[in-house]
Order: sequence, then C-alpha cells, then structure tokens
Amino acid sequence: MTMPKHLQFCAFYLEGMLFGVELTRVQEVIHELNLTQVPLAPAVVEGLINLRGQIVTALDLRRRLELPPRAPGVPCMNVVVATDDGAVSLLVDEIGDVVEVEDSTFEPPPGTMHGRVRDVIVGVHKLQNRLMHVLDIDRACRMADGPANHTTA
Amino acid sequence: MPLPGGNSVLKGTMLSENDIVSDFLVESSENLDRLDRDLVGLEKNPHDKNALAGVFRTIHTIKGTCGFLGFNKLERVAHVGENLLTRLRDGQLTLTPQITTVLLSMVDAVRQMLKEIQATGHDGEEEYPDLCETLTQLQSADSTGGTDTPATQSSVETAPTATLEMPDPEKLPIPSEQTTHTAVLPTAPQKKLNKGGARKPAHGKIGGVLVDKGHVQPEDIVRALEAQERGDRRRLGEILVAMGLAKPEDVLAAQELMDLKSRDIAPETIRVGVNLLDRLMTLVGELVLARNQLLQFSNTMENPALHAITQRMNLIAMELQEDIMRTRMQPIGNIWAQFPRTVRDVALGCGKQVHIEMEGKETELDKTIIEAIKDPLTHLVRNSVDHGIELPDARAKAGKNPSGLLSLRAFHEGGQVNIEISDDGGGLNRERIRQKAIERGIIRAEQAVRLSEREIFNLIFLPGFSTAEKVTNVSGRGVGMDVVKTNVEKIGGTVDIESVPGQSTSVRVKIPLTLAIIPALVVGCAGERYAIPQVNLLELVRLEGSEVKSNIETLQGAQVYRLRGRLLPLVYLARELQLAQDVPRSNADDALNIVVLQADDRNFGLVVDAIHDTEEIVVKPLRKQLKSVKIFAGSSIMGDGRVALIIDVIGLAHRANVLTELKDRAVIEKSAESAEASAKQTFLLFAGLGDSRMAIPLSCLARLEELPVSQVEMSGRQWVTQYRGQILPLLRLNVLMEERRKKLQGLLKPPRPDSAPLQILVLNHDGRSFGLVVDRILDIVEDKGEVKSAATRPAVLYSIVIADRITELLDIPAILRISGIMPEANVYAGALGASK
Repeated sequence: MTMPKHLQFCAFYLEGMLFGVELTRVQEVIHELNLTQVPLAPAVVEGLINLRGQIVTALDLRRRLELPPRAPGVPCMNVVVATDDGAVSLLVDEIGDVVEVEDSTFEPPPGTMHGRVRDVIVGVHKLQNRLMHVLDIDRACRMADGPANHTTA
Repeated sequence: MPLPGGNSVLKGTMLSENDIVSDFLVESSENLDRLDRDLVGLEKNPHDKNALAGVFRTIHTIKGTCGFLGFNKLERVAHVGENLLTRLRDGQLTLTPQITTVLLSMVDAVRQMLKEIQATGHDGEEEYPDLCETLTQLQSADSTGGTDTPATQSSVETAPTATLEMPDPEKLPIPSEQTTHTAVLPTAPQKKLNKGGARKPAHGKIGGVLVDKGHVQPEDIVRALEAQERGDRRRLGEILVAMGLAKPEDVLAAQELMDLKSRDIAPETIRVGVNLLDRLMTLVGELVLARNQLLQFSNTMENPALHAITQRMNLIAMELQEDIMRTRMQPIGNIWAQFPRTVRDVALGCGKQVHIEMEGKETELDKTIIEAIKDPLTHLVRNSVDHGIELPDARAKAGKNPSGLLSLRAFHEGGQVNIEISDDGGGLNRERIRQKAIERGIIRAEQAVRLSEREIFNLIFLPGFSTAEKVTNVSGRGVGMDVVKTNVEKIGGTVDIESVPGQSTSVRVKIPLTLAIIPALVVGCAGERYAIPQVNLLELVRLEGSEVKSNIETLQGAQVYRLRGRLLPLVYLARELQLAQDVPRSNADDALNIVVLQADDRNFGLVVDAIHDTEEIVVKPLRKQLKSVKIFAGSSIMGDGRVALIIDVIGLAHRANVLTELKDRAVIEKSAESAEASAKQTFLLFAGLGDSRMAIPLSCLARLEELPVSQVEMSGRQWVTQYRGQILPLLRLNVLMEERRKKLQGLLKPPRPDSAPLQILVLNHDGRSFGLVVDRILDIVEDKGEVKSAATRPAVLYSIVIADRITELLDIPAILRISGIMPEANVYAGALGASK
C-alpha cells in the first residue's frame, strides 16, 4: 500500500502518560457516574454503572497497570469501550483529544520495556513531541492476570 | 425431478433462492423432529393412518423441494424412502421394527445432509448407497398387510385398485368393511380425480371425512366431484345431500370435525426471529425499570393526575411484560418430542424393552431454560433406560412386566417447574453407591456411614462417580450426572433423586419459569442494596432488644438462632462480603434482621442491616470480569437508577460453609490439608450405659427436649408422648443397650412417676421422628472424629476419640431396628446390610 493509512485514536492520560484507544471502539466518554461496588471482585473492578439501562463494568486502569492509586476525591473519566463481552468502562485520569496518526508512526514496544504497561499495549505511535501508548483493549479487559483482592479459597 | 440447468435458472434470483433454502432448512428440521416421534409412535400402532400419512407427506415435501432446489443426493434418498412409505401407507406392508429402524436411519441421513446444506450450501458427498439399497429391498419384501395382496406388485399406482377390487366376501360385516375402505381411500379417489383435472386429493376434505366415517362410498364422492367439475357451484356436501347420497346430519357432523381439525392443524402463527424476541424482552426490561423509577417519583408528588397515569402505566407495563414473557415460553413437549426416539434407540442398543409415558407436555418454560435443560434431561432419560430399567429376563424374574416404564412428568408448582423422570427399574443400590464413593475417594469410610439414604443417593451427582459395571456407549463414563447437576444449578434449578430398591428411581428437576425477570427481596448491607431471589426465601425474622441476646446462641464460634426449636446457622452478609471484619457485637438495643434462606436442602439465616422491599427485578448477567465472584448471580437496575447486585444464595451458602456436607467433600478430598481442617464434625455427647460416653453427629439432631414423666404414655410396650400433634415414640437408650433378658423386663415397665424429667434427643431418620431418652446430655463438641476401633456391641457404629475420651458413635438405624420401630426389612434392606 502506498497510501498512508490514517488512524484515529481517543487519547487519555494516566499518571502523566499519554494513551490512545481506537476511536471506532469507543462508545462514549462520560463523567463519573453512580458506581455500585462489587464486594469480593478482583481489585481492578471499580464497580458497576448504569449506562442508560445497560450495566457496564468499570475497570480502574491505574490498578490494571499497577500504577499508584488515584488520590481520593480526584475526579476521573469513564471511557466506555465495546468488547466482545459487552461494554466496559475504563477509568482514566483525564481525557485528551482525538488524535489522527498515520500507521507509519507506529512502532512495537521495545524489548527493554518492562512492567504491566507493556503487557497491555500493542505499541506506540510517535507523535510530534511525545509518544502515545496504544492500548490493547481486549488485553486490558482480560482478568486472568489481574491481581485480585479476594482470597481464592 | 431436478432439471439439469436448475441451478443456473435460479441464479438470476439468488436472493430468493437463499431465502427458499433457509425456509426449507427450518421447516425440514422441524418436520424431521416430528418424523422421529411419528415413526416411533407408529411402531406401537402400525395401523395409524394419520401418522403414516403425515410421515409420508413430510418426506414427500422434502423430496419435492430438493428436486426444485437441485439437491440431487438428498432427493434420491428421500425418494427411495418415499417409495417404501407409499407401500406402508397403502397397507401393502406393515411396519416392523426393522423397517422403523431403517426409516429412522433415513431420517438421520436426511438430517445429516440438511446440516451439510446449512454449512456448505451443498448436500455433501455421501450418497448413502447402503441405506438406499436396504430401503429398496424392504420395499419388495413380502407383504404382511393385506392377506390377499399379491406380493409382486411393482407399480404403486395399481396397488390400491387391486385391493379395492378384492372385497373379501367373508369380511362383509360392516366394521371390517369400513377398515378395508379406509385402508384404500387415500389413493383411490385421488387417482380418478387426477384424471378428471388437477384437483387436490379428497383426503383431508369433507369427502374424505365422510368416507372415513363410512357414511358415503368413495364412488359417490367422485360422482359429486364430477358434478362440481361440470360447473355445479354448490359445496360438495350440499351436492351429496341433494343427490341423496348422504344424510344432511352426517355432512354437518363432518363439517364440524373438519373445522375442529383445521383449527388444530393451522393455528394462527407467524414466524418471528428469536433475536427480535430477545430484543423485545430487553426493551420490556427497560420499560419495567423506567416504570419503577416513575412509580417512585410519583409517590413523592402530591398529584392525583400523575398518580392515575402512573397507575395505568404500571398496569400496562405489567401486562406487556407478561405477554412478552409468554412469547418466549415454549411447551416442554418440544424437547420431550425427541425422547421416544432416544428411548427406542438406547433400549434397542442394550436389548431392553421400554415404554415411555409423558404427562404435562404442555407445561411452558422460557426459551432459554428450555435450551439449557435439553441436554441434562436427555442424559437423565438415557441413564434411566441404560442403568435404571433391567433387562426383560431380569424384570420377568422380579415379577414385573418385561417392558419397563419410563415416565416423564412436568408440572408447575410454586412458581417453579417440576420435571420428574421416573423409571420402574431396579432402583439405586445404596450399598454399591456407598462402596463406590469410598473406592473413588469421593468420601471417606467413616463419613459414608453417617450419610442418610438421600445423601447417599445424591452422591451420584458428584464428579467422577459412576457405578455402572461396564462402560456403555450411552452412559457410565462417570461424566454426566455431575454435569446434569451443574447445568441445572446454573439456571437456578435443583436436582434430587429418590429410589426404592428393586422398584423405582425418580429424579426430580426443579427449575424457575424464567430467568429474565424474577421477584426478589431487596436488602441493605453496609450502605449498598442487594437483591435476593424470592425462590430461595423462606421467611423473615426480626429480633428486637433483649430478644437478640436471648435467642442467639453460640456453638463453638458459630452463631445460631433457634427458629421454632431448630437451630438455624446465622451468616452475616457484611462479613461474607468482607465489608465488615467482625461479627457485630449483638448490642442489646440493636434489632437484628434475619432473612431465612434455603440453599439446596439446608436452611440458614442471613443477617442484613435492613430489609427494604420485594420487587420484580430484571436480571442482567455479570460480565466475565466478575464471573469469578460466585456469590453474585447477576445485577439489576433499581428504581433509582443505581445498580444492585443479585445474591446467588447457593454461592453464598458455599462461601459461608453452610453447605459443607456432600458437595464440598469432593473438593476437600483433593487437598489433604484442607480436608483435615474441614472434616471436623460437630457431635452431641451424652451419657451412655454405665459411665460410657456416646455421641451422635449434630446433623442428625432435630431438637433437644425436656419432658416431665407425666407426659409419657404407654402404647403396648412402647413409651410414647404427644409432641407437636404427633405421637413420638420414645426409645430408652439404657434399656435398649442392656442385655437381652434385662431389656425385656425394662421395656415392659412404665416410667416411675417420681422420676426426674426425661432428657430427650429428638432425632429424624428417613423422615420419621423419634425421641431418644438419655440419662444426661454432656456437651456439643467439634472434632475430627477419627476412627479408633470397631464396634464392640450392637447399636454402636464404632468408637472414636472425642475430646480425649473414648466415645461410642450411636448407630441410629440399628437402634431403631432393635427397638422394633423400623421392622420393614425390605424397604431398609440397605440399612440392614450396612451394619452387618
């Protein structure tokens, strides 16, 4: 293909890092809603929200990425994304712009990169002045390797 | 016949061809299911003309449509099948089991090809030459139907005429004449009619009915039809009456019969996609939620007009909800329909004779539930035939009908559907199950002896259990029964098994009507609301002030409440959900809300902060991120728009160790250390003969009572007392354990009037209550109860060391036997065998 492929991402911030999710999979972005906590659930699960009659599981991306917890009282945003298993809301610090990139700026994560973040990103896009982590939504929503706060007796 | 260019002709209209094919597939698969049923039914009643005609029609339709759509292989198979069916229908052949088997395998072949068509669009490579060969051979087999029919008939068309022209003079009496006519009818007038013009066969029309009834001769019908053809515009019945060929009342009766039939055959239905129904259901769920919100809002307003509108809205939503639910309801007969075939195949495969009976076919269940229970039910049915019903010889020896009876029963009860699968086979062998369970390491020997009959039967639902002597291809692989139970529980149902040795086994499956909208009790705990499905709810208890202190007792750290004399273990929701670390100290001022719940067969009390209301809630499944949390069954949106979690009572009971008995044992055995910790049992200790100590597992105990001697009466030589409207036999431990001579003396004595009040353990065994009089109740302790030595005297199972003292474990069935309360040796054969 000679024509550069244009891709659109919904950008957001987590602990100062810039992330992006494919715009086509973002259902909507909303402010914090009334949240129902789920006792005994994996720690990543922040709770359940009622999104106009649809019950959506909210995941705290900070916990998923093993970043320091959000200071209490600091507001966050819900990025509602579509998955095979219904809509999931990702809790992020702050929402960014819609970023349009060409696929030529993409690079897979370097081998020297470590930590949780590496597990859930496909790679990075080299923007003009910074890097945008491309989140793998399905991997981020998968629980198997997520830490749990309940004893699995 | 297929046109060589059939496909290319249709290519221009690809879309409609696809539609036709998919319609054809849907219709055919429904028809094939009916075929299975009809063929098996025909085997029992080979002369059922209607059923035969139905089978014929189905195959004929399939054949015709395939020819049109160019599925040549399928058409060929259907064609040979049709030929055979024609001869059966015309009475030249009588259906034999062999023919049925071949026809059924033809149905399977057709089904296979339809699957192939669905998957690939072609009817596959397989040509089924053997099947076609057999079908053809059977066709030319000797006629067994009409005695006088020549066996050499080759043309189907000539056959009926031949029979028609052979009225046996000896068969003149009217009834048999009728039979001859009906046997011939379907083709005779048809043939003539076809000659006269493209008119439909008389079969199914008023003429056919009249001839079937014997009111009119076929020739007369033909004559009347010819009159119509000549331009007579009157209806056939009118012509017949006018020509003096039929009586008016006969025609009217026939007309009525047809009206009735047509109502049966063509109910006013349309096909609606399941997706659309699901979507409607979701929308109605939303509507119900919106209504709940509206109702709450309306209650805060002082506006009569708004109240009136919301009330009306409420009613409409309720009706709509009910009706939409009904669109998803299907009669259970839909899945039962395949069972006669299943039973037939399995029974043939293992050389048994089984007759199937069904009751309550019309019982309706939600579509999703129907789908979910199909496999478990099939498994239970196969199991009954394979393991339950004995071989004909064995049955005859046992004095039973050589043909076994499998009965399916479905009925509504208390908002649930009960499905019973019973057989009159050999029943479950209690001893063998017990031994097998021990062999397989599912339970330990000392656990086994403590199990009640029912608990033993229910062992077969544990993973890895199978008592079949040999593994058959039907069942006996040790998978299955546990899968049955898991699947039924998944949809909120329960399975229970009962059996009378040598006589019967009956499995009862209880399932909810629907999963989508359920009534639930909303409770509050640590600031959140939780919904508890009403099916699990038994009652609510509220203790206030001093009642809390006086009614809640502690048994080795476990809190219990005496509910009408029975001990109800208490579970604190906040603690189970890890929302509060400790059991709240029962303050004298605090009220305590206890929700009495049933999980499997065990009751427990769930302590919650607040009890709100009962509501119809719409169940929304939890996503995979939360699937690991077994304590919740789903979620729902409450009236105020917030999400509430629905508690899975079984899951909660497991977590709280209320259901420690059987179920967890399989799991426990796997990890040795946890087995050590959880194999602890609670025993009731009491003084035995002399200064010995005896014990029973606390689970056998219903109540402890103190009874003044004045209330003891004599019934023969038996001490009894009136207890809760029943006569409770009293067994005196010290007397029963005595030497025989002393025992007889002791038994005859009434109690001394000046004795101290009697200490009575009220025990339940196999559904019977009795009181055991002991000298002294010592203690309740929790212990592993390891076996130390075998029993040294009757009525003792074995001796164990409990709390550092040798304690004899009382054998409850044995004591009942010694006392003569339970002499029915045949019924309790298993129990007797156990202690030998």
